[in-house]
Order: sequence, then structure tokens, then C-alpha cells
Amino acid sequence: MPKLTIDGREIEVADGLTVLQACELAGVEIPRFCYHERLSVAGNCRMCLVEMERSPKPVASCAMPVGEGMVIRTDTPLVEKARKGVMEFLLINHPLDCPICDQGGECDLQDQAMAYGSDRGRFEENKRAVKEKYMGPLIKTIMTRCIHCTRCVRFATEVAGVEEIGALGRGEHLEISTLEQAINSELSGNLADVCPVGALTSRPYAFTARSWELRKTNSVDTLDAVGSNIRIDSRGREVMRVLPRLHEDVNEEWLADKSRYSCDGLGRQRLDRPYVRRDGKLREASWEEAFGAIRERLSGVSGDKIAALAGDQCDAESMMALKDLMTSLKSPNLDCRQDGAKLDPNHRGGYLFNTGIAGIEQADAILLVAANPRWEAPLINARIRKRFLSGGLEVGAIGVPKDLSYPVAQLGAGPDTLAELAAGKGDFAKVLKGAERPMIVLGMAGLTRPDGAAVLALARQVAEKFNMVRDSWNGFNVLHTAAARVAGLDLGFVPGSGGRDVEGILDGAAKGEIEALYLLGADEIDMSRLGGETFVIYQGHHGDSGAHRADVILPGAAYTEKNGTYTNTEGRVQLGRLAAFPPGEAREDWTILRALSEVVGTRLPYDNLGELRQRLIEVNAVFAALDTLEPAAWGDFGAAGKLDAAPFGVAVENYYMTDPISRASETMAKCAAELGLGPQAKATGTDG
Amino acid sequence: MKITSYRRDPSQEFSFTPENLKKAKVFMARYPDGRQASAVISLLYIAQAQNGGWVSPAAIEHVAEVLDMAPVRVHEVSTFYTMFNLKPVGKHLIQVCRTTPCWLRGAADLTRTCQDKLGVGLKEMSEDGLFTVMEVECLGACANAPMVQINDDYYEDLTPERLSEIIDDLRDGKEVPVGPQTGRQGSAPEGGPATLTDVPPSGSKRAKEDTGTGKGA
Repeated sequence: MPKLTIDGREIEVADGLTVLQACELAGVEIPRFCYHERLSVAGNCRMCLVEMERSPKPVASCAMPVGEGMVIRTDTPLVEKARKGVMEFLLINHPLDCPICDQGGECDLQDQAMAYGSDRGRFEENKRAVKEKYMGPLIKTIMTRCIHCTRCVRFATEVAGVEEIGALGRGEHLEISTLEQAINSELSGNLADVCPVGALTSRPYAFTARSWELRKTNSVDTLDAVGSNIRIDSRGREVMRVLPRLHEDVNEEWLADKSRYSCDGLGRQRLDRPYVRRDGKLREASWEEAFGAIRERLSGVSGDKIAALAGDQCDAESMMALKDLMTSLKSPNLDCRQDGAKLDPNHRGGYLFNTGIAGIEQADAILLVAANPRWEAPLINARIRKRFLSGGLEVGAIGVPKDLSYPVAQLGAGPDTLAELAAGKGDFAKVLKGAERPMIVLGMAGLTRPDGAAVLALARQVAEKFNMVRDSWNGFNVLHTAAARVAGLDLGFVPGSGGRDVEGILDGAAKGEIEALYLLGADEIDMSRLGGETFVIYQGHHGDSGAHRADVILPGAAYTEKNGTYTNTEGRVQLGRLAAFPPGEAREDWTILRALSEVVGTRLPYDNLGELRQRLIEVNAVFAALDTLEPAAWGDFGAAGKLDAAPFGVAVENYYMTDPISRASETMAKCAAELGLGPQAKATGTDG
Repeated sequence: MKITSYRRDPSQEFSFTPENLKKAKVFMARYPDGRQASAVISLLYIAQAQNGGWVSPAAIEHVAEVLDMAPVRVHEVSTFYTMFNLKPVGKHLIQVCRTTPCWLRGAADLTRTCQDKLGVGLKEMSEDGLFTVMEVECLGACANAPMVQINDDYYEDLTPERLSEIIDDLRDGKEVPVGPQTGRQGSAPEGGPATLTDVPPSGSKRAKEDTGTGKGA
């Protein structure tokens, strides 16, 4: 533990830190451009120069390791002069276009020029101009503003794991380039965040708003099951952009592209008023008419002929309200697993990502079963890559081979390989046996199959055989793709006794045994399987497949438009907050259900969100502890059964279009087209 | 998934000839396992020689493939070093040294001569495809300033007239003597040695020692 003196104050810091980090610990701010705490040290911007005793010239603090007895000064005339000088050089080629720059107001260069720079420059020659580069539909480039810090190159190479950005040329002629290709990464939006100037900015957000005129709301993302912490920037009713918010245990400071850029989908194809189908056509209606139509159709229908499905982005509150409504209608037919995943709701340990996202960094062997984390949860994939970079990690995969940005041993394609592994056969079994903290990641593609319960049991067997589940370590992980899934299972939005699951509901609807189906934002089921006579109530926010089939549409709120509770794949309960009000007649989802309950049956016993949350906690105490991870009980989940020899499929076919919001987003459509994923085959509703 | 090519024109093709691939393997073997990317500059040189004096995107990507590197990393190296030509060059690449000693001795006149004679600007190829002229920094032959490098050979102690003749001879396919063009030996003084003129008589003690140590060193 070296002891050093910074600006006259002694401080003892850990070994291996840099002078810049030590200064931060001592509470001294050091300006910097190229240094980023999550990237490797480049030391090329020279902004962090400090004075070190017995050094003839100032040293770059970001690249200087601390040493015993160092005496650092950051407040001397020499340091001030050095900073002014560096700033003057940086500004030589930097255009004075802050008033039209999207980074303006949140720009490191702008802020530091104000704080440490001079009020004038002495440069009178011509400035350098650089041609703009193409980096795909998400990143806009104005390369004349680039100060060559190479943060973007290091981010792409290290964090995203795609070596596609390079610094071409040398000296003043150095240019950051992807050689005119779109960056093939699900994390490319973060490039705009790491860029300390306005060279890389968000293309969809370009010239739409100034950062200081936006209202900032801290919330939680629901486009995948990671539960990334986000900041929603809105102006009036419009969400202008979504940015990541620091959460070390979940998303660090990154955000996946779909979560960041699909926000333009929030303004398109919205359901802003109730609709009722009359004479085969959906017609605009008032809330009273819509509720009246529902009451009329439901009256006299027995509970076992009514069913409800919850979608992938529902908040826990609305699912709770719908569950209570179905209970009051005496219907046991409800399911929150619209993809048919054979998850066992009785054992929490059997449907969580038990290791935790931060826990990945302790693992030394990872077995991916039917999972493509790069598309199903890009930030979990980034965590695995981070673990891989620190060395000594073995990854094996069963399923469709994918480039995951780290080396993976492809073990097989189907459940037989998993069965072999469970029997202790194969090379990877030795790896798992020898590993101190092995983990298994089971993807949705393995559970949505008809033999999903058997695959789940087999995965549990593997976890138990290789001692993955013990007191101090739980290496059994289910990788969810739906933000609502864990909360739905936690509050028991699953078939009651004698109730039908999603498969049973669809079968029943085809045969006419289910007369009324309530879809709470559920769009991913095969609507063509519903019989023509089934009365479909769709409550949701987008005109997607569910709304197209519906007989009554109740317009709800998207995740940015309501206060809601979401539980991520780890079982972490987090609160999403209202950033903008829902459009038109649309309402927060739980209030719709509460109002409907008065019309069709018993009034739900809660009048405000607080009471509803109290009800949630009564049902399952996990909802009381926000943002914490409780070790989940292990149990005898899954059902041994006959395994299908068919190889595992994929859970996410097109990363950019997985839900009503991203399917409505133009930006996401451009991304999908850019990477050759093509427009979604089925109608999205965006075609009119 | 991974971008492996930045070629605008997919018809461009490049791969090492068997001999060059063997040569490349020699360079790659000089580095420890897993560090083969260190041979990138050597391989780019081989590729440049095989490709007629310049590295095409196809050649760059072939080098990346051989070394198992990301193509953009090889693009970075090839654009960083000025010795790699990223555009086609003439059969004879004339590199005029323009650093201070040569410049003081008239390098600017050499450049002008080349440009006037060939009717091209710097880094442009003459119409017949035979010549490209470029200015470079010190080539390390200051004692023989001014000088140019044409392909792999130095032509030293030049005058604009002599350079003009050399260009004519090269165009006609004639052989041109390399090295100093004034007849002096290497960088020895003009008109013969001015010092160490007293050659020790053969058989003397000093001469013997010289031959004795010469081999050992």
C-alpha cells in the first residue's frame, strides 16, 4: 500500500493504481479525455498532466503507476500552464461549432475548455477538416471534431469485442474509421457516450433537442430481461432519447442498442383510444362503450372459459391486478409465459439468473445451453466478455453456433449433448469438474420446446452433478428474454389448479373451449391459432399483432409512461418511473384493470399504486426488497421426461425486432436491414 | 457476423504465391506462438512486392487472414507507415530525399526535374505507367546528397541532368549503374582518399592483426 502526498495531503492507496486514480481518491479532480476507467490506458491526450517531485517535466497521471513516497502537485503554475497548453493544441483543429453540436451542453471538451483552457488561441492558420464517416444507422459522425483520444477504438475492441473501428493514418492525418461499414455490435450506441467530444453522436437524436431542455427521469429498461438502469430524457410527451444510468451490478455504464434506440417506436403505431370491433371492423369507441362491450360478452360465461395472457413488458402491478381480476371471475387460466417456456413457478431458484450479472466475474467455467447471450442480453454477454478478458475462463456452448465475441467451445447442438455432459462424458465435463465456480446458462430456446421441462430437469442435473449449487455459490442460471417474466412467476401469474397454460389456452381457443381471452400486452403468440369465435380483449400500447386480432382494445401505457415494478432475470426488483404521459385516452395499465373490475365483477381492493404494491408484497415478499438479490431456494424443478433429439433453436431471431416497441421503431428497422436481418416476415402493423 | 472485408470491389483478389507464403511463414516463425501478428510489417512488404509496389485492400485483408488479425488492424498499420503505397505506383518508384542535407544540395531541383519530365504531380503515376515520383524523408545517404531511391536502389550524387538521363535510360529499359553517379567509391571523398593514404606494407604486424580480428568480429 504505497503512501503518497497529493497537494500536501498524505494518502495511502492500493497497489497498482495510477496517479490519476489516487488523485480521485484524494478528492482532487484531474481533467482527462482519453482516460476512461473501464477501458485500457492510452495516455495520448496529455490533459491529465500533473507535477511530480523529482521529475523534470510534468507526467501524464493516467499512465503513471503510484509509487511509495511520491509527491504530486496538481495546483501549481506549471500544471495550470500545461493544461492550458494542451487545451490550446486540442482546440487548434476543433471547430467552434458548439452552438450546433449535439454534444453541446454535455461535452467534456466544452466543459474542460471552460474550466482549464484559455479564453483565446494563438493559432491563425487553417484548421484541419475531415470527411464524415459512415458507421451505420445509429452513430452519426462529425469527424472534424475528433480529438484522437481513441476511446471508441478501445471500447469496440475491448468491451464490445468487435475489432471494427480503427485509427487510420498518423499524426494530424489520423482518422477514426470503420472503413465505411456499419459497426456490427449490439453495444454500438455506447460509442456516442464514451466520445468526449461531438465526433460520435446519436444519429436518430441528431438535431432534435438540446440536453438542457429535456426532463430527465431515472427508470428501468424493459426491452430485454437485464433490467438495465436508464435515464429517459423527454420533452413534453415525447421521449427524445434513452441513456444508461450507472449500476455496477447490472449494466455498469453501458446500454444495449435496442434499449437505447427503440424509443422512436414509442411514438408510432400507438393505441391512443379504445376500439371495439363491430361488423368485423375495429371502430373507435369511448371507455364506457369498450367496458360495456366486455361486460356484455363476459356476462354468463363461466370462469373456466375465460383466459388471460401477460406479455413480455408488463409491470408487476398490472399483472397482479389482472390476476386478481381473473380470480374474481373464477378463471384459473392464466399464464405469463407466452412463449411456452416450461419454467417451474414453484421453485424460484429454478427460474432466476442465480449467479447474478456481477457474479459472472467470479465464474471460471460457463456452459451456455440454447442461449445466445449476445442477442438475448447483450450486457450479460459483455459481462462474460469482461470475465474472459481477465483470463482463465472456459466457455462451452450447446445450441446454434454464434460469434459471441469471446472464444467458445461448441459442444453440440441438442439435448443429447447436455445428457452426455450430465453423464460426465466429454472434455467439457472435465473442465466443469475442475472448475471452482462453474456456471450454466440456460436460454429460452431450450425451454420453449415441447420437452422443455425435461431440458430444465437435465440442466438442474448438470448443475447438481458439477456442484454448481452450494452455500457460497449458485451457478444455475436461466437467461430470460422478457422483462416481465420473473415478476410474473414471482406473483404467480401461472395456471391455477386445473387451469390451462398458454398451450392449453391456445388449444382451447381453437376448439371453442375458451370463449374470452384477455391479452395484457401479449403479442408474441400465434394469433392464427385463436378460433374466430374467441372474444379477444387486448390491453396494450402498440397496434401490433394482438391489437389486430382484438375485439376490444384498451389502450395502455408503455414502460416510459407508467410507474411500475420490474424484476430482472437475476430476480432484482426495480422501479420504472413515469417519464411522459400516455397518449390520448390511454391510461396506466393497472388503473384500466381496476376500472374494468368494477364493470365486470368485484371491484379490485386497491385505490392507489401504494395499496397495489402492498398487495404485491403480501403475495410475494421479494417485492418488498428493492434492488437487492436474495439467494433463491433450490428445489426439485423440471420434470424428467423423454428428450427430443432435435437441435435447440434460437430464442431471438432478429435482435432489433423482438417486441411491439422495437417493431414499431424506424431506427430498429434500419439496423435490421443494415445487418441483413431483413424486415420481419409477419406483418408488424407499421405498414399501415 | 464478423466483418472480414472492406473491399468496395469484390473482384479484387490477392493471395500469396507459394514462394511468398513460405517467406511469410519464415517471418511468422520468428515470434512466439500466438504473437504472429508481430510479423505484420514484414508480410505487408512481401505483399507489396508481389502486388507490383502497392498494397491493395485485397492484399491487406489477405495479410490479416494469414495472421488471424482483424482486417482493420492491418489497415491501421498500412496507413500508418508511409512506406506502404495504398495506390498503384509506376514500375519505377522514384523517391526523392528531401531532408535538410539533400535539400541544401538541390533536392528540390531533382523533384522539379522529375515532375517536369514526366508531367505528373507528386504521388501520381505517369501516363505510361512506368514512373511515380514522391518526396520522402531522410534515406540515410547524406554524404552522397542529393540522392533518390528508385525501387530498391539508391542513385546518389545526382544533378538534375544526370537524373533526367537515368529516367530516360530506365524508360528505354537500359541498365543504369546504381550508387554514386560521379564515379566516386561509396561515400569516400571525391577524387580518391584524402586520409589513411599510407597503406601499411603487407606482412607488417598491424596488417596481420587486422586480418586476424576481422573474421572473429
